[in-house]
Amino acid sequence: MNPEFLHKLAELVPQVEGFIYPNEIEIHWSILIVLYPYLTGLVAGAFILASLVKVFTVKEVQPVYRLSLLTALAFLLIAPLPLLLHLGNPLRSYEIFLTPNLSSAMAMFGFVYAWYLMVVLLLEIWFDYRKDLITWANESKFPMNFVYRILSLFSKDLTDEAIAFDKKAIRVITIIGIPSAFLLHGYVGFIFGSVKANPWWSSVLIPVVFLFSAIVSGIAMVLLLYMIITPLRGKPLDMPCLDRIASFLFYAVIVDFTLEGLDFIHRLYESEESIKILSKLVMNKLFVSLVIIQVLLGMLVPLFSMAAAKAFRFNEELRKLSYFVAAILIQLGIFATRWNIVVGGQLFSKSFLGLTAYKMEVMGLEGLLVGIAVLIMPFCVLAVLLKLMSPWKTAEEHAAGG
Amino acid sequence: MNRRKFLKAAALAVPAAAVPGLAQKALAAAAVTAYDPTKHLYGMGIEINKCIGCGRCMEACKAENNVPKEPFFFRTWVERYTLKNGHGGLAVEGIKPGELKPPAAGGEHHTLKSFFVPKLCNQCQRPPCVQVCPVGATFSTEDGVVLVDSERCIGCRYCIQACPYGARYLHPVTSTADKCTFCYHRVVKGLLPACVEVCPAQARVFGDFKSKADPLVRFRRMHMLHILKPHLNTEPKVLYADLDGEVR
Repeated sequence: MNPEFLHKLAELVPQVEGFIYPNEIEIHWSILIVLYPYLTGLVAGAFILASLVKVFTVKEVQPVYRLSLLTALAFLLIAPLPLLLHLGNPLRSYEIFLTPNLSSAMAMFGFVYAWYLMVVLLLEIWFDYRKDLITWANESKFPMNFVYRILSLFSKDLTDEAIAFDKKAIRVITIIGIPSAFLLHGYVGFIFGSVKANPWWSSVLIPVVFLFSAIVSGIAMVLLLYMIITPLRGKPLDMPCLDRIASFLFYAVIVDFTLEGLDFIHRLYESEESIKILSKLVMNKLFVSLVIIQVLLGMLVPLFSMAAAKAFRFNEELRKLSYFVAAILIQLGIFATRWNIVVGGQLFSKSFLGLTAYKMEVMGLEGLLVGIAVLIMPFCVLAVLLKLMSPWKTAEEHAAGG
Repeated sequence: MNRRKFLKAAALAVPAAAVPGLAQKALAAAAVTAYDPTKHLYGMGIEINKCIGCGRCMEACKAENNVPKEPFFFRTWVERYTLKNGHGGLAVEGIKPGELKPPAAGGEHHTLKSFFVPKLCNQCQRPPCVQVCPVGATFSTEDGVVLVDSERCIGCRYCIQACPYGARYLHPVTSTADKCTFCYHRVVKGLLPACVEVCPAQARVFGDFKSKADPLVRFRRMHMLHILKPHLNTEPKVLYADLDGEVR
């Protein structure tokens, strides 16, 4: 038995307020499980932004279409990693695919994940890039021509008919993709929302709140990436595109804020048995992360910043600044939302008679450093994807530029 | 004895020595196959007024089931509830065996009453832990006990989150979920769970819901009963007699 672990638990004992069941001293789902809904939320949100272009034909957002898809893919590829690292017996994780317990919400993970990755995201990206991949394969030198040939799945058909079929396929996949993206993140919300033992989680609104906060975080992440990468490429930002994304972001934050407000008022008005301990939880343990970071900095300030940009007709530079600040604050706010749900839901006793404490370690598997590493990894994957399958360099440009 | 004779004797002695061992194994196998889980449905009755808070059940459980001795892992534990007069409220604490002190006196509110509540897995008939386990490592037996297959558990801890009673923990050595089994290994041999066996006040009554004459049947007939958190519809098979409404 790890003496350090026991020492850590012993340190928490004096921090307990009131009474907790004796097994509750250990916080079971910590930073890695906070990261999981945060990462999948970004996937769902980025995909929804991409689908605006193809399904709802929002032309202005076209410049970030491929960036959104690749962002979704990069985050989706890393999303299972924190789950795997968190397992007590990670070598047995395959059991979840081989012998799933069909009554378990968590057992559906494998199916939902595989569906979204294989049927939606990879397929849509493949159809969208097929023409370019063939062209790049023809024009590149060894070994890249071989890589592109494999990525194109040895497809060679560049006839008009084939290109038309690609477009049609993308549209169909996107239409399937929207409910799938909803399923992916609504399902993550359901894992928490269906735990009847925990009144902080148990709410039918939780999957919906997860979904809209996902859309908010995904749109904000693509906005941020676009605003950082474009100047690095020495290209000007497409202002109509930025304005349109910011406008979608603004409305998504309003819906998210309304839903969270509804959840809050509903709990307060119903005032069930748990309300006393939950009030204590919010006022003591979560005050900074919930009231200050999630609501004030993560929602109200960005809303105000984006509303001011519209109302006072800021010039381009000021608009860029206000969008940039809003998008960063929203990321912070949504991360705090995930933290408050996952960790917050374990900081009170199921006896409703006391609060416990969580102390994040720096080193170790459930520590800060691993958390940061997991958070950085999707960006590294994205960098590789952007290099390999440039969202900007279309086949025509590539041919023109050599 | 010459060498030839010795070898002959040895060749005969080895199988002969194995016979009693084999016979014992065969008998044990027969006993196990004779046990029919469909004929039982186990439960426990707890008489609040009899518990003296000695904590021997906690110690016996840890010894019997290899529960880590550190005070963060329990299959069973005892809580003390102390109600104060007026608006003095409620104080609850976990009992540490051998360190029991009287409830804190003094202050403007004197103690109205104080009592002990032994806790353990409720062996729910509709167990949320079984429902949520992604790989089916946690399961209900036909005789009504919720068990964990530690060879299959992946250590995701979803069951720990889903248990409304705080009855589960992650075993720090195996990294798998662990909980009270009603001492299943003893029960199928006709023995009592360790906590029931050692309780000096007979506050715990173990029995079979399917039996017609059984201590649990008598317990159910003789007492007004209550279960923990009935609104969650988990249908516990641990029944409490004289349970105060304050207990969660």
